[in-house]
Amino acid sequence: MSVIIHKDTKIIIQGFTGKMGTFHAEEMIKYGSDVVGGVTPGKGGQKHLDRPVFDTVKDAVKNTGATASILFVPPAFAADSAMEAADAGIKTCVAIVDGIPSHDMIKIKRYMRRYSRAEKMTLVGPNCAGIISPGKSMLGIMPGHIYKEGRVGIISRSGTLGYEAAQQLKNLNIGISTSVGIGGDPINGSSFRDIIEKFETDDETDVILMIGEIGGPQEVAAGEFAKENMKKPVVGYIAGLTAPKGRVMGHAGAIVSAYGESAIEKVEILKECGVTISKNPSVMGDTVKSVLGNI
Amino acid sequence: MDIHEYQAKEILASFGVTIPRGGIVYSPETAENKAREIGGSKWVVKAQIHSGARGKAGGVVLCNSPLEVAQATDKLLGKKLVTNQTGPQGKIVNRIYIEEATNIEKELYLGLVFDRSSESIMIVASTEGGMSVEEIAKEKPHSIIRSKIEVAVGIQDFQARELAFGLGIEPELIRRVSETIIGCAKAFSELDATMVEVNPLVISKQKQILALDCKMSFDNNAMFRRDKVSELRDKTQEDEKEVYASDRGLNYVSLDGNIGNIINGAGLAMASMDMIKLAGGEPANFLDVGGGATPEKIVKAFRLITMDKKVKVILVNIFAGINRCDWVAEGIVQALEKIEIKVPLVIRLAGTNVEKGNKILKESKLNYIEASTLEEAANKAVAALK
Repeated sequence: MSVIIHKDTKIIIQGFTGKMGTFHAEEMIKYGSDVVGGVTPGKGGQKHLDRPVFDTVKDAVKNTGATASILFVPPAFAADSAMEAADAGIKTCVAIVDGIPSHDMIKIKRYMRRYSRAEKMTLVGPNCAGIISPGKSMLGIMPGHIYKEGRVGIISRSGTLGYEAAQQLKNLNIGISTSVGIGGDPINGSSFRDIIEKFETDDETDVILMIGEIGGPQEVAAGEFAKENMKKPVVGYIAGLTAPKGRVMGHAGAIVSAYGESAIEKVEILKECGVTISKNPSVMGDTVKSVLGNI
Repeated sequence: MDIHEYQAKEILASFGVTIPRGGIVYSPETAENKAREIGGSKWVVKAQIHSGARGKAGGVVLCNSPLEVAQATDKLLGKKLVTNQTGPQGKIVNRIYIEEATNIEKELYLGLVFDRSSESIMIVASTEGGMSVEEIAKEKPHSIIRSKIEVAVGIQDFQARELAFGLGIEPELIRRVSETIIGCAKAFSELDATMVEVNPLVISKQKQILALDCKMSFDNNAMFRRDKVSELRDKTQEDEKEVYASDRGLNYVSLDGNIGNIINGAGLAMASMDMIKLAGGEPANFLDVGGGATPEKIVKAFRLITMDKKVKVILVNIFAGINRCDWVAEGIVQALEKIEIKVPLVIRLAGTNVEKGNKILKESKLNYIEASTLEEAANKAVAALK
């Protein structure tokens, strides 16, 4: 079974009846995801896209058996929505929204500490493209058709750079087991290490492509985890070789503020951890191919 | 978002941090009066720009009379100060802060930042104030003490006390130092700051604990709920093109090279810049028009890039997902009907309906160079420079 989501994962949309929620719910339904309804406070009892709308996530879970949710709510309300999902027993929550304050993200993560490991929700994002297990389910906003079914696991901060990788792999006739966009914010729900650990135990994944960028400690932490604990090969690319120090490069988290956070430093540390580095973003697919050939 | 020293001082003072007496002025005439109003016999005239290391750049002047204060103000106002943090273009001085001079006995360092590893607020303190935290870390690493604030409950008194004792503060001053640390931590938490720095925090000869220089930065994502902080933004301290971009919802960073970029997505934008560098060129900017790359955003992006006179080639790299290449291509064609491009243009489209997109570009009257991969796009952009 694929990691995080699978074919029968029941999905609800938080912010269902809004423009974004509606558009992407339709895309997910077209892809074959099992969207069972959604939540918009005050619109409970209505139907939207032929599916029930609920006032609260608890109502939605109780009536549909949903285990996954995706957030299309404005940044000011996103933290509240994520905590509501966690409290309602949702197992996987993807926050697409860009612009959640860092203080709010920390609060969500602290709030989730009240749950035991087994009960705890996996939060992915914010500011991300979401999750896709090609041919099975899509809990995100990516163009599903560029993802071929296969055995490479992708973890990417950036949405479009993740698409670029999926396309390069498809052109080489290589498929993907699951692709997870963890987002470009400084504090995010799931780190590279969290997801890489899931891929290590996934029997549908043979090799992992990790697409990182400047800023923060997460790529290095994942590399160190891989070195100590993983048997599956990891391929890495770090964007931002030319990014000046101290400037935010689009993503709120893409800023070099400490030692070990620049692209060059991350690449060096990852190499020492045994990660095969894609030397430029145009050869991510080729690098995965050559590593696959050595398995 | 960054703010000026005097603004940070006003904020911290409202959280119980003591600051020297001072006031802001915009002209030499008011400077002289302001100095008399503040009183005392020595004043410091401080240029207000969004940068540290102002002292070394001549932006901080010690004066012995109100007349000298006026003269120093006159000299600094309207001047571009170049520090090791501003870049060669420097930053314009439009505001002057006049402060009573302090008799310093000891200089301390106090800084608060987000620690991304522990996902908490990290307080960093040192007995070696006056130099940058990087210099302290390099030259006196053992002088640095740290404490992590649990965001959910905020700073605790014992944490502030531990830091104060850790700095070797004499017993009768412990309370004031603790209160200063707590004030900074509360300002950080309550105003969605991302950085608070008091450097130096001084013990004066009169045994006062004073924040002599202060810096604060804030989370742009939280400004929707911080009206008062948002008002402190000073656009004169930002790059003109970056202000133009941020006002129009574009993510833009001005760089030194001559290849202008229009890309969708921050990661892909950084990757494209890297490819340009590997191909032997230098990017003129980072520009993310957003994952969606709507025609309106593309028009704005072309306007922005054409404002930059150092751009000699423009590279467009769009990976169309949910939006499709044919829509993006139409957007580009429409944009270039409105905006005249005088430099070579390289376009790489990828993703959904790429063939249709390329066909639309070819059939238009657009004069451009087509590329199919990231690498090819970068190589062609660099080649077009010659």
